[in-house]
Amino acid sequence: MSEQALSRALSRRSRMAHLKKQLGEGLFHLYGLTGYLFLYLPIIILVIFSFNDSRSTAQWAGFTTHWYADMMNDHQIILSLWNSLFVAIVSTLVSLVIGTLAALAMERYRFWGKLMMDAVLYLPIIIPDIAMAIMLLIFFDVSGIGFQPWKANFFGVHLAVPYSVIIGHVAFNISFVAVVVRARLAQMDQVLEEAAQDLYADPWRTFWRVTFPMLLPGIMGGALLAFTLSMDDFVITFFTSGAGFNTLPVRVFSMIKKGVTPKINAVSSLMLLFSLVLVAISLIIGKGGDENSSANTMF
Amino acid sequence: MKKLLTLLRKRPSFQAWLLLLPSAFWLFVFFIAPLFIVLIYSFLERGTYGGVQWHFTLENYRRTFDPLYFKTFGRSFYIAIVTTIATLLIGYPLAYYIASRPAKRRGTLVLALMIPFWTNFLVRTYAWLTLLRTHTGLINVTLMSLGWIQKPLPLFGNDFAIIVGLVYGWLPDMVLPIYAALDRLDHSLLEAASDLYASGPNVFRRIVWPLSLPGVVAGSMLVFIPSLGAFVTPAILGGGKTLMIGNIISNQFLAAHDWPFGSALSFVMMAVMLAATLIYFRATSDEERRQL
Repeated sequence: MSEQALSRALSRRSRMAHLKKQLGEGLFHLYGLTGYLFLYLPIIILVIFSFNDSRSTAQWAGFTTHWYADMMNDHQIILSLWNSLFVAIVSTLVSLVIGTLAALAMERYRFWGKLMMDAVLYLPIIIPDIAMAIMLLIFFDVSGIGFQPWKANFFGVHLAVPYSVIIGHVAFNISFVAVVVRARLAQMDQVLEEAAQDLYADPWRTFWRVTFPMLLPGIMGGALLAFTLSMDDFVITFFTSGAGFNTLPVRVFSMIKKGVTPKINAVSSLMLLFSLVLVAISLIIGKGGDENSSANTMF
Repeated sequence: MKKLLTLLRKRPSFQAWLLLLPSAFWLFVFFIAPLFIVLIYSFLERGTYGGVQWHFTLENYRRTFDPLYFKTFGRSFYIAIVTTIATLLIGYPLAYYIASRPAKRRGTLVLALMIPFWTNFLVRTYAWLTLLRTHTGLINVTLMSLGWIQKPLPLFGNDFAIIVGLVYGWLPDMVLPIYAALDRLDHSLLEAASDLYASGPNVFRRIVWPLSLPGVVAGSMLVFIPSLGAFVTPAILGGGKTLMIGNIISNQFLAAHDWPFGSALSFVMMAVMLAATLIYFRATSDEERRQL
């Protein structure tokens, strides 16, 4: 074989290899795209049909905001939204304090009973929500705590929120807050705290001036997660609320059971918007840190 | 008071438990105690008007093996396994795709995964209800109007619908931990392997897969456990016919008023979950040992 023919053959081979690689890369891109389409298409279609000028959620019949007006005029939906917000805010605040203290103990101390506490803290995350829901239902019934409402004036709206619902939400949120705050504590450099102590700052001062500010992104992350989980929870709320109390997801569930209408699409779109706002907030908070840290601290 | 303070300073264990006091209180009273109450209930007889009678019995556990309930257990297990395998098959390449993008794109892609992850599960299940419904669902309506099919496809009210709903609902929970594991992977290992003329499949089998196993295990657990205990998805996409164990449990409390039996069913369900978790952990760690 002449030298020329050899080099031609070689370059053809490398061109083929290059083409094959490009084809593989292209298919891979296509796969990624399909994956994300699978995740987003159902949500996008849901939002589109919330504007449909017909009772159908399958055939497009023109644009309307009628279903949103319908939603705003439905006082049951509005009340359930206020209930959701109240439960989420109260349970987030309570679980934030309790969970952060737990995270500090678990991450900074070695003590008797730590392994047991580890298990107790992880159990509410692992256990399926239906099991936790019936556990709480039986407990509130047997203990006589019952499903008494907390009558609250929440920004001028009169709410009657069962204590049992808030107690249940705090019970699962503590664990999630503890996990997120612990992850942040584990990443934190202890040098600054040691330096503060070397400079004769007492533990109280060290905590508020050094540890707490550094821990703040973790605490905010925990708060956001707890708030979202609480706003989203259906199963535990459904079983611990007794009769006649609705949060937004509970209301949506009973609407779905009655039949599909674009009004449910409208409520769903509103909930979706809520999630987007929360993700945006978490992004703004997380901006200081590593971009991937949210995924890495969760798992 | 002063004595207490010095005691606190000298005994770190005391400090730790002081910090843990609120969480330990809350979780022991409102989680561990309820767990034990349910355990006790599962050995009692049902009362005539709901409630319980304080007679010890094993009847509730025996009943969970009645053909009717045993079949439901079997089906739930089957649905949960298929869901886990499907999310793994779809999710692993997706996680790999994200991990192999340039650092800048990765952040955006992970974020795009977080948005459905943070979106209400009920909303996401409802979205599929509007797509899959037999006569009025978007897929069947569209295919019929295009003339591609003559009668609607059986997309709704069966195991298929539930599995689709579960896969959709839990896919981010599979992708995120696998991605986290792949992201931590030391790329110099891959370079070393290809420098030593390892083929692509071999690099994957010997290096990438074993190192991503912790993510696969975590993801599988995050998908399998809630799938086995699913309540919302079968209630909405099962069309009132196809039930899973979560629905049978909830029926004991909402309709049948048989709390002891509901308690027994949930303990059997949790036992199945625990067993599956242990077996899976064992199997994957064995594989890891074999690979290395």
